[in-house]
Amino acid sequence: MTFMKQALVGFAAVLLLAPALAVAEAPKPALKIENPGQCIAPAEEMRRNHMEMLKHQRDRTMRQGIRGEKASLNECISCHASKSTGSVLGKGGFCQECHSYAAVKLDCWDCHQPKAGQKHAGVAGVKE
Amino acid sequence: MNDPQDRIDNQSRRSFVGTAAAVGAGLGVAALAPGLHLIEVSQAGTARSPGEAASNTVRWGMLIDTTKCASGCDACVKACNTENGINETIKDARQGSQWIRKIELKDPKNGREHSLPMMCQHCANPPCVDVCPTGASMKRADGIVLVDRHICIGCRYCMMACPYKARSFVHQPLTEQNPEVPRGIGCVESCTFCVHRVDKGQMPACVEACPEGAMTFGDLNDPASAIAQRLAREPSTQVRADLKLNLGVRYQGI
Ligand code: HEC
Ligand code: HEC
Ligand code: HEC
Repeated sequence: MTFMKQALVGFAAVLLLAPALAVAEAPKPALKIENPGQCIAPAEEMRRNHMEMLKHQRDRTMRQGIRGEKASLNECISCHASKSTGSVLGKGGFCQECHSYAAVKLDCWDCHQPKAGQKHAGVAGVKE
Repeated sequence: MNDPQDRIDNQSRRSFVGTAAAVGAGLGVAALAPGLHLIEVSQAGTARSPGEAASNTVRWGMLIDTTKCASGCDACVKACNTENGINETIKDARQGSQWIRKIELKDPKNGREHSLPMMCQHCANPPCVDVCPTGASMKRADGIVLVDRHICIGCRYCMMACPYKARSFVHQPLTEQNPEVPRGIGCVESCTFCVHRVDKGQMPACVEACPEGAMTFGDLNDPASAIAQRLAREPSTQVRADLKLNLGVRYQGI
């Protein structure tokens, strides 16, 4: 009997502690805004909808050849890349910081260069 | 064929004057600065304004004069690799990406030799697009044949279908991409006519790099373009013309 009581008390304690533990285990991502100013939409909307924006932009640029629109991935990168690492990935990297927190894994970086201002090699001897 | 590209193509040849006027009006600069207009057309084609989609009134094409193409010269290949960030070390050389390559030909009957660059011929009726199961292999409205790598599953049917051996498959992870030219493992890729440059009104890297000026790039549908004028006056060939693919790349001297 005493054993059952102890077990019950223990179980209740775990239940009570659980929410506190969850918060302690996963601190909110520390997002660093490298270029203060405005995003392409209010932060609230960006948090919720940036994936949709990117996917639409991707198809418009790739399939229709529409350039210079605001939800361009290269534009996100040039504005959000860390000034110390030059990248949106890595520890503290803007995109990665939040995605690790939300357990999101992107395949975009298989192809897209996550570093901003990566020297564009260009054609040797030709000025642009 | 009922391809809109074809219709535009034929139409522009038939109604030479009408189309010329329409193109002039479309650019909106003909009356103001005729000189500037000519230079724009001959050097770089027409950069679209931001937000404007590629249009089927344009068909990008290339004319390669093989009589000027020097055997052993690979300036175009090098320029392509630099521009498109094709710089990875490959374990098996047969698997390396090749968007453009030099071919040396010899006619066994008379010993005449040719040297020429071979790449995606940007067909108006591309077999790679026909066979693609996902719609990744695509032709843009202005005739540029591309792989939409966002939906490419890497099945490589298009590589089999291409009569020009123009496509490559990326076998290994890449990290040194040019930001303007994303490319990566598991997808098929090929010459894009440097679409990222063309959309800015620049020439493809190979054309700019050719020391002999053997490559001419421009709008086949614009009768005022250097390429259309030369095609109208000089003989030219489409490689494997018997396949009736209506190629965007034409050769001279073969
Ligand atoms: C297998 C290679 C590959 C992968 C993976 C990939 N892309 Fe792309 N992406 C490309 C290519 C090629 C282009 C065309 C580049 C051009 O012509 O400018 C492109 C263009 C884009 C564009 C338009 C250009 C720009 O900078 O705005 C967007 C947006 C984009 N991709 C978003 C994404 C997103 C989001 C992901 C991940 C979910 C992704 N891509 C994954 C290859 C890839
Ligand atoms: C011109 C620079 C600029 C560009 C381009 C830009 N951003 Fe932003 N972004 C910002 C700034 C500044 C903030 C902070 C805004 C605020 O807190 O009100 C921000 C905030 C955000 C946030 C919210 C972060 C948070 O606090 O939770 C997300 C998500 C985001 N951006 C994603 C993107 C994506 C995706 C793109 C590309 C489609 C992009 N941004 C393009 C400057 C930019
Ligand atoms: C404020 C947090 C936050 C930031 C910052 C952030 N993301 Fe996200 N992102 C998310 C969340 C959460 C999801 C998953 C949403 C879902 O699954 O519905 C997501 C999903 C995505 C997706 C779709 C993934 C898929 O496979 O469908 C893309 C693409 C993406 N993010 C791109 C970016 C890029 C590029 C940046 C940096 C410029 C960025 N995100 C910054 C929170 C963020």
